[in-house]
Amino acid sequence: MTFETCNLSITRDGVPVLEGIDLSLPPGGITAIIGPNGAGKSTLLHAMAGLLSPHAGAVRLNGRDLSGIQPGERARSLALLTQDQGVTARLTVADLIAFGRWPHHQGRPGHEDRAAVADAIETFDLGPLAARTLDALSGGQRQRAFVAMAYAQTTPWILLDEPLSALDPRYAHDIMRRLHDLSRTGPDARSVVIVVHDLGVTARFADRVIGLKDGKLFGAGETGDLMTSDWLTRLYDTPMEVAEVGGRKIPFAA
Amino acid sequence: MSRLFVAMGLVLLVGASLSIGVADLWAADIDAGLVMAVSRVPRTVAAVLAGAGLALAGVVVQLSVQNRLVEPSLTGTPEAAMLGLLGITLFAPGSALLVKMGVAAAAALVGTTGFFVLATRVPQRDPILLPLVGLIYGGILGAATLWLAWATDLVQYLGTWTSGEFSGVLRGRYEVLWLIAGLAGLLWLVADRITLLSLGESHARSLGLDYRATRLLGLVIVSLVVAAVVVTVGTLPFVGLVVPNIVSRLRGDNLRTNLPFIAGLGGALILAADVLGRVVRYPYEIPAGTVFSVFGAAAFLWLLNAPRRPAHG
Repeated sequence: MTFETCNLSITRDGVPVLEGIDLSLPPGGITAIIGPNGAGKSTLLHAMAGLLSPHAGAVRLNGRDLSGIQPGERARSLALLTQDQGVTARLTVADLIAFGRWPHHQGRPGHEDRAAVADAIETFDLGPLAARTLDALSGGQRQRAFVAMAYAQTTPWILLDEPLSALDPRYAHDIMRRLHDLSRTGPDARSVVIVVHDLGVTARFADRVIGLKDGKLFGAGETGDLMTSDWLTRLYDTPMEVAEVGGRKIPFAA
Repeated sequence: MSRLFVAMGLVLLVGASLSIGVADLWAADIDAGLVMAVSRVPRTVAAVLAGAGLALAGVVVQLSVQNRLVEPSLTGTPEAAMLGLLGITLFAPGSALLVKMGVAAAAALVGTTGFFVLATRVPQRDPILLPLVGLIYGGILGAATLWLAWATDLVQYLGTWTSGEFSGVLRGRYEVLWLIAGLAGLLWLVADRITLLSLGESHARSLGLDYRATRLLGLVIVSLVVAAVVVTVGTLPFVGLVVPNIVSRLRGDNLRTNLPFIAGLGGALILAADVLGRVVRYPYEIPAGTVFSVFGAAAFLWLLNAPRRPAHG
């Protein structure tokens, strides 16, 4: 299942937010979308999730134009975790994750749905928290619950909009490690696309990187090839260095 | 446990409601069966249906706009319904009750849609902002309604719609409220969709939900409930606010499993208010809406002062 955008342009209130984005993502692995604030990262992710209708161009999943796919079917092909859930509803973790199965059962959960929920709870270590309501969780636990919900949707593609914001390094790495494992476990490997600000996390976990700047594609390719001090300096318009510590590349603002 | 509690409370209240009244059912010159069939049973049923309906309308509004401090009386809904009623009373005073209710529901739908449009522009940071905006919005609609009523000499009518009370409920004049039972059934069928609304637009849509259609369905249900209640017994503020919040604190916010509790508790509390209103100054009556407002206002203050803040870490 390849994910492509062809000459994708999005406008908001007549103002172009994304222009002429051409991408082709092979299945599997983690793809990180990086770039300065306001570059259009979230917009790209929402467009890829089929929630924004393109001004020009198209998003194609396996060669099919996303705008021609019914919302229900689309929700079984890709899951989106939005940036700030702002959810005030006091749902339990188990209920929240169960709602991830909604595209599959539309209100009548079967055996398979319950199994998927149990699997998500186990995969993200949420067993002890399953009966707790969202407002009784810490930021990290809450974020893990939402990622588990997207996972339970059992879609080939998972799109995550800054799932690591407001998380301390331990939680951030914990979530990334789990996503990393999911994205390479044989035939059921999930393909993960993630908007992320932390370049250290990107360098460590992402297989591919998409750089966006001013609504245009700045570059896309293998993480190791792109994440150089020169490329990052031009992407962020600020001096960037890449240090090597213990064989690991760590980008930072110089 | 809580299920049993609500059910038992409701049964006790129904018993009390059926046996309390000015007419002495055991007096020799009174046809007890007739009093029951014409007055007591309709009155009891009306209180339960109105309370259940408004409580459900409250939770639908709360989940739709992701704010638990709003309810139909803070979204301009009853004021808009009254404006519609006033209009039909002016232009076609002889219309059937069902026609009047239809007009009131349509007006309520327009008024509530106006609030939903406002709600998308109010920042969500401070949850108290939206109810305040709704209060002002409802106040403006209410002022327009009052002015129109004053200019056309219909202020007395307005009085019967603004204070919810059940003393006028008789057989043949409350049956519209049964619509609420049907709407509650419909709501149960779409409960998951309404709960999904509370995840916000992007998230709900990414799960394949038709967000706009679902919100519209919620709006239609709320408008029909409020219109049915306003037309038959008059508005009852706070029910839609207090009941879903109490249930939410006890059981979380999954509408599918909460629906019977919200309906049951709403019905029970309004029936309790009506029974209380009948006995406090016996043989005179205090409107159920007034009695409930005392409890509702206190409960609202408690909700404001005891917020459950999410833990951070």
